Formats: sequence, C-alpha cells, structure tokens
Amino acid sequence: MPLLTVDELTVTFAGRGGPDTTAVSGVSFTVDQGEVVGLVGESGCGKSVTSLALMGLLPAKGVTVGGTARYTGTGTDVDLLTLRRSALRDLRGTQLSMIFQDPLSSLNPVVPIGVQVTEILSRHRGLRGAAARKEAAALLDRVGIPDPTRRLKEYPHQLSGGMRQRALIAMAVACAPRLLIADEPTTALDVTIQAQILELLRELVDDQGTALLMITHDLGVVAGLCDRVNVLYAGKAVEAADRHRLFADPAHPYTHGLLGSIPRLDAPRGERLNPIRGSINDRIAWEDGCAFAPRCDFYTPQCLGGAPPLADRPADGAAAPPEGHLVRCVHPVHTTAEATEVSR
Amino acid sequence: MSKTTEKIDRLAELTTRTTTASGGSLWTEALRRLRSSKMALVGGTVMALFIVIAIVGPWVAPYDPTAQTWRDEVFTNRGVFIGPRGDNWLGLDHLGRDMFSRMLVGARQTLLVGVVSTVLGFVVGALVGGLSGAALAFGGKAGQRLDTVLMRFIDMMLALPSLLLAVSVAAILGQSLTTVMIAVGVIQIPVFARLLRGSMLAQAGSDYVLAARALGVRRRRIVLAHVLPNSLGPVIVQTTLALATAIIEAAALSYLGLGNPDASQPEWGVMLSQAQRFFDAEPMMAVYPALGIIITALGFTLLGEAMREALDPKLRS
Amino acid sequence: MLRLIVRRLLQLIPTLLGLSVLLFAWLHQLPGGPASALLGERATEEDRRAIEEALGLDDPVWVQYARWMERLVRFDFGESVRTGRPVWEEFLQRFPATVELAFAAMLIAVVVGIPLGYFAARRRGTWLDLTAVSGSLIGICIPVFFLGFILRAVFAVNLGWLPSFGRQSTGIDATEITGFYVLDGLLTGEWDASWDALQHLVLPGLALASIPLAVIVRITRASVLDVLGEDYVRTAESKGLRRRVVRGRHVLRNALLPVVTTVGLLTGSLLSGAVLTESVFAFGGIGSFIRDAIDTRDYPVLMGFILFIALLYVAINLLVDIAYSIIDPRVRVN
Repeated sequence: MPLLTVDELTVTFAGRGGPDTTAVSGVSFTVDQGEVVGLVGESGCGKSVTSLALMGLLPAKGVTVGGTARYTGTGTDVDLLTLRRSALRDLRGTQLSMIFQDPLSSLNPVVPIGVQVTEILSRHRGLRGAAARKEAAALLDRVGIPDPTRRLKEYPHQLSGGMRQRALIAMAVACAPRLLIADEPTTALDVTIQAQILELLRELVDDQGTALLMITHDLGVVAGLCDRVNVLYAGKAVEAADRHRLFADPAHPYTHGLLGSIPRLDAPRGERLNPIRGSINDRIAWEDGCAFAPRCDFYTPQCLGGAPPLADRPADGAAAPPEGHLVRCVHPVHTTAEATEVSR
Repeated sequence: MSKTTEKIDRLAELTTRTTTASGGSLWTEALRRLRSSKMALVGGTVMALFIVIAIVGPWVAPYDPTAQTWRDEVFTNRGVFIGPRGDNWLGLDHLGRDMFSRMLVGARQTLLVGVVSTVLGFVVGALVGGLSGAALAFGGKAGQRLDTVLMRFIDMMLALPSLLLAVSVAAILGQSLTTVMIAVGVIQIPVFARLLRGSMLAQAGSDYVLAARALGVRRRRIVLAHVLPNSLGPVIVQTTLALATAIIEAAALSYLGLGNPDASQPEWGVMLSQAQRFFDAEPMMAVYPALGIIITALGFTLLGEAMREALDPKLRS
Repeated sequence: MLRLIVRRLLQLIPTLLGLSVLLFAWLHQLPGGPASALLGERATEEDRRAIEEALGLDDPVWVQYARWMERLVRFDFGESVRTGRPVWEEFLQRFPATVELAFAAMLIAVVVGIPLGYFAARRRGTWLDLTAVSGSLIGICIPVFFLGFILRAVFAVNLGWLPSFGRQSTGIDATEITGFYVLDGLLTGEWDASWDALQHLVLPGLALASIPLAVIVRITRASVLDVLGEDYVRTAESKGLRRRVVRGRHVLRNALLPVVTTVGLLTGSLLSGAVLTESVFAFGGIGSFIRDAIDTRDYPVLMGFILFIALLYVAINLLVDIAYSIIDPRVRVN
C-alpha cells in the first residue's frame, strides 16, 4: 500500500458572478514511502492547487474538492480530503508538511525565526523553553544555517533568501514528517542557491526516509531529484512515468514539447529552441477533447472526441509495452532511436 | 470550405468557450465591476437623487422658504410645534416657515458647499501633491528639497484641527457661505496632496517608468503621460469621499455658529444647528435636515467605497 | 531608539517654526490687527492704542515676531478676553476633563472596534460583517453633535438612565486630587463619586467614540482580510498550529500594525470632536471652553489652542512612530 494514493482529485472554485473554474479535474497518482515524486507543469495547470488540497489549506468557502486522497502514514487508512479539520490539524506538521515557493512572504515578518521554529516543536513534540530553543538551534544547524543561536533571535527580513528557505525547511522537517510537499521551493531563489536547496532536500529525504512530493515547472529539478514524474496539463495528468523513461521517451506531445524547449549546451550551433506555441489559456474543455489540442503539432480531429483516457503507453513496434508508463493521448509520440540518442 | 479551415474553426470555437474574458484596460475593468456593485448602485442613486433635488428644488418648492407664512400659528401655539399636515408635508419650523420647502431649497446650498469646497481642496491639493511627487521622483536634488518644503507645509496643515482652521479663516474673512466653503476646502488640501504624492511615487517606482526612462523618454512626458494618469484613481475615489466629509464638516461649522448667517438661504447644516435649541420639544425639526445630511453623505461614501473596491488591483480577478 | 526620537524631534522644529510664522501672520491679518486679537472686538479705542504701544507695533515685523516667539516658548499665550485669566491656566484646569472624555471614547472605540472588525473579517459576508460595515459607514456619516442630541434625548431625557449634562451631579461631595473625577473617586475611596463621574462619561463618550469606532472597525476589518490572505498564515496553518496560535500570533499581530497608526492619528482628531461633544453635554472641558471662545472671538484662547493641538499632534505622531518601531521589526532596523 503506497503512503499516499490520490484518486480522481477534483478542485472547483466557485466563480464570483461568473462560471466556476475547475483547477484540478481528476488527478490520480501515488507516492510510496521514501519516494520522490514530481508533479510537473506550467503555471495554471493545477499543481499548486493539488498540493494545497492535500494539506487542507484551500479556503473553506467557494471551493469544492472531490475524489479521495488516502494516507496510510499513521498506520490507519485516512482520507485527507474528508478528514475533520481538527484531525487534519494534528497531522499537519507531524505527518505531512509543506515548503512554499516564496520564502520571504511565507515567513511571518514580525515574529522572530526562533519563535516560528519552536512553535511547531511545542505544538507537536511538547518541547518548551530552553529545550525547545536548543532543538530549534539544532534544526537550523542541520539545514545548514550558520550561527543558529544568533539566527533564532533574528527576523525574516534579516536573512538572505536562501537562509529563509532553509529556515522554512527546518520548520517543515522539525517533526520528521512522513510526507513532505515542496511547492516550487527553488523558484524564488538564485541559481546557485537553488542547487544547494535541492541538495539539502535530497539529504533530508535520504536521512529520514521521508517521501517528497515535488511540485515544479522546472524539468531540471525533476531530472536531478525525482524517482517518478507526473506531468499535469490543464488540471489533468497527461503523462506519468519514471524519470528515466520520461526523459528518454516522452509519449505525450506536451511533455515532448517541454523537453524540446529546454536549451542545451550540446545542441548544434544555430539550432533554434522549439517552444510550445500559445499559452495555457489556449485550451479547450476536457469534455470537448484534449485540452492541449490547440497547441499541439500532432493535432487531428480525433483529438476532439472527449478527454482521452490515461492509459498504458502502447507498445513501440516489436518491444514490449513499458511498465508504469501512462499517457493521455490519442496518438502518442514515439521518439525514434536517433532522437533518443541525441537526448542522452 | 476546406477541411483544414473547418478544423481550425472548430478549434477556435472550442477555445473561446473556455478562455476567460480577458480584462480590458484598468478603467474599463473598473467600470465593469462598478456596474455590478450593489454599493455603487445605492450610492449612485442617492447621489443622483440629491443632485436632481439640488437643481430643481427651488423651482418645485411649494412655498417661499424664507416666508414666515404661518408665524402667528406657531407663536400662538407656543411650545407645541406644528408637525406634518396637508399643506406642509414636513410641518413648520420655529418661525412658521414650511419645512418641506426649506429642505428642497437647502439641498442646493448644501451641494454647493460640498462641491465648491471639494473642488478647492482637490485643485490645490492635487497641485501641491503632484508637484511634490513629480519633484521628488524626477527632480533630482533640487526636487527633493522642494518636496521637503511642500510636505512640511502639508504636515503643518494636518497638525491643525479642522475646526480651528475654519475659525481662523472665518476670523479673517468674516462669517459667510464663502468662509465655510474655503474653510472646508482648506481642510481637504493635505488629504489630496498626500494621496496624489504617494500614488505618484508608487507609480514612479514601477518597472514601466524605469523602462520609459531607460528608453530616454523625456521626464515631463513620463510624468504627464504615464505617471499622472495612472496615479489619479485613488484621488478620484477620495473626491467622492471628500464630498461626504465636506457636507458633514460644514454642518459642524454651522453648529459652532460659523455657518452662513444669511437666513434667506437655508442650508441643511444651518437648519440643523438652529433646530437644536428646540430639540427636546420638537426633534423632527432637527431630524429632517440631519437625515438629509446623513443620507447624502452615506450615498457619496458608498459610491466612493464602491469605486475604491473597483479600482483596487488586489481585488481584480 | 534614542537616535530615532532625537531625529524625529529635530524634524519637528521646521514644522513648528512654520506654524508659528503662520499664526503670527494670521494674528496680523485679523480685522483690527493683533491688538483686537488680544482685546477682543469690543475693545475701546484707548485700550487699543495702549496695547499697540505696549506691543511695540511700530517695531519692525521680525522684532515683533521674536518678542512673540519668546513669549510662546514660555507658554505665555496671553489672557483670555472673556475670563481675564491666563490662557495656559485655563487650559491646565480644564485639561483633565477632556483627557478623561477622550480616553473614555478611545477605550470604547478600541475595545469594541478591534474585535468587531476582526470578527467581521473572519465571518466575511455574514450578517455580522454586514452590520459592522454598514454601522461603521453610518457612524462616519452622522454629524457628531447630532448623535449627541439623539443620545441625550433618548437615554437621558426620555429614559432617564443617565445624566444629560456636566461631569458630576450636584450634591456629590467629591475630593479633587488629579482632576480626573473617576480616578479621584477611586483614589479617595469615594466610590459613589467615581460611579457618578463614570455615568456622566457614558453618553458624551459614546458620541465622541462614533467616528474613531467606525474608522477602527473598517481598518481592522480590511487589515485582517489582507493578512488572512498572506502566505505566512498559510505556512502557520501548514505547521498544524492550534487555531488560537495561528489567529493570535500570526493573524492579529500583523493585522494590528495599521490599526496602531490609525489609533494614534485618531487621538489627535478626538480633540476637535471634543469641542462638539462637550458643548452638547455641557461637559466642562477644553472643548466647551473653545466653543465659548469661538462664540466670543476670544483670539488668545483660540491661538493658544491651535498651538496646543499642534504640539499634541506632533507628540502623538512621535509616540506612534516609536510604538511602530517597537512592534514592527522591519522598521526597527532602518
């Protein structure tokens, strides 16, 4: 039994005076113990909403959440989406915790870092006073913040961006959660800091055996960190595969396009990047067909026959169908042998 | 029709169905939101009604508002005021004048005080604030100094309590409607000045201004064509709110005996302060003008708040 | 901290100097000039000439200004035309009454306004929110003195629950120590006097509280709504903290920052309101005194009051800045 099984997660926001918006429409994936799973997609694809829904952090009013998210980390099998608010409150911080995108705005500006770390220790581990402060300093030290006892007294604005993100990570791992959700944790940081933060996450995950759900738009992050990857488009998963398969043999034209739009140092001189045309606003409703159709190079009228199912990737000629490689496409792309060679 | 165009048309049709209506410019978007706001509807209706009464009031008033037609009746009744009746819909005041006519005519004076003083506050305040903001943002060292001087002056005006400012003006100019208008207008100056300055500074720090400067657009053009128009939103909202404040402040001045001494031109604030002496015997005499002031001020405030919400970028979807 | 205070005090000097020049010019602009300002409009011609000589009105303007400034620095605002006593003494004597009233009003506004604004924001769109928002709009739009009439007519005249005027019932034998009657009663153990003074504070306090209350409700509500949408509140929720901690430490602490500034600025404007309220309730403080001074064109008193208010405003601003730098660490460093 996986640690987390998300099944047909649907999130709909009530439109204020307009039509409702479905941000996530039937997303399913699993996360195993100690596994790093990526949710990849461009802004507006529903990946952040998915993470907030799992944490129960969506506003109570005007949002409808459907589907199930079964979590087994406590030994029993609970559905995170229907759990009572108070029960969820007990899980957050201890079983599930989260790291956010913008470390400055995610830290309370008028409360010292120390209090923001110790409050989670006193809530879930019953530590108070000096003991809590000592543990907080140890945590900061562990996430690589130098001079932790001094930093505890400082306020978020006195820390650098990387330090702030480290402090947030320290809070997230303070009670050794079973599942850590990281929502674009490196987007707001400098490139060099990004690498350090990813390294830190990797270490923590390996040390504690924590599972990590990594939400990102950055395929580089995915390549360096994730065991398995789910690609989201317009609120649905369009492809799911393990990391190596996804990079070697992307089956969905969207994934294909994402990989094609990354600049490469080893590309022949003068070769142009291949961006995906249009934006995520150029889409059709899934009921009408594949939402990606308007931007797709391989579009045919068959694409308009309702949402294609997320099915096993069909076998490629003589080879056996690959295991655990799912794709939602009427005519998935087959990367030719040469092309695979180039992309390695 | 070829197969390809058919394909594209079908796609386009499906695409437009899901694409959310893309927002127009700031102002069209704000206007759209304003139209759907209940607050704006109520406020706008009250304001329109008030303006119509202020314009046509003196012509439709059934009696001369200053004629003490029923004077004898009031005086023989001594202490028992005449309330609403067939001839006088709102009853009579303490001198036997028709309250309804006085209310209708008073609307015009009240609006006049509100509009003139707000315009005064707006013009002077916007000049000072605009100059100050532009000087600080684009005027270099000298501009900075100019801004400091102007803002010290504005600080000084803020430090003066509004009522005393009015007393001071009245002391020099004597007691008249003009005094009330000037006094109330002067109170508004620092508010407008600070608002426009702050708004301009925020705009001046934005990326598009930086881009324009980098492209070598002349400073005067940046200020007049970009910064100023984009800074006006909050100032326009304030104008609506200031109209409400002006009407209330004018009433307070009248209460302190600084209002328009010319009894032939009834004004709600003056009527209210005259009625206070008889409040315990005949509260309605005060309630009518008070309600007039409260409802009008409420109308302007509601409209202003609705405009503020409509223009707030944080609330834009 | 000390440097902040000193710097702010230094910044005040030009403002106050400018104000004094303005006031001096105003005095000279008055019909009849500064002589009538000192004597009132009904002075005889001889009086006028005598005072003009005494003031040295033949001297150059800057000498007159210097002489005038020198008196101001000594808090010598001259004598009230109406009572013939020094303006400063009159103020000091009436000051406790007004402070007591203003404090009562601010207490009502803060104690009622902050919770109301907070819960209105938390329960956005409910009847509570609607009542709070419309109530605060009406509160801003009712002329203070009219609200005073209504309160007095209903609760004092008709229902007879509370006294309708003054600070103290006749026949109460109270010892005066500080001039704050409620406090005096507590200090001397004269509970009845204290209770009586408190009753006298209720109606004028409510009338005077109307505008600050309305403003505080609105500011608190808007501020809480802003903060509720902040990322750090989401972070706090994601840590599974108890609701009490999330709301107290993370929501309220941040939401109250703009409220503190507002409370400070409102305190200054309370004195203007006190002029209106005190005269409705014949409450013997500075407000009533100023009202009478306006009626009699008692210019020394008015001038003294303007300077007094300006100083107060400046002092309150300074206090607000200091308070702000204590509660907001981002300001502290800069």
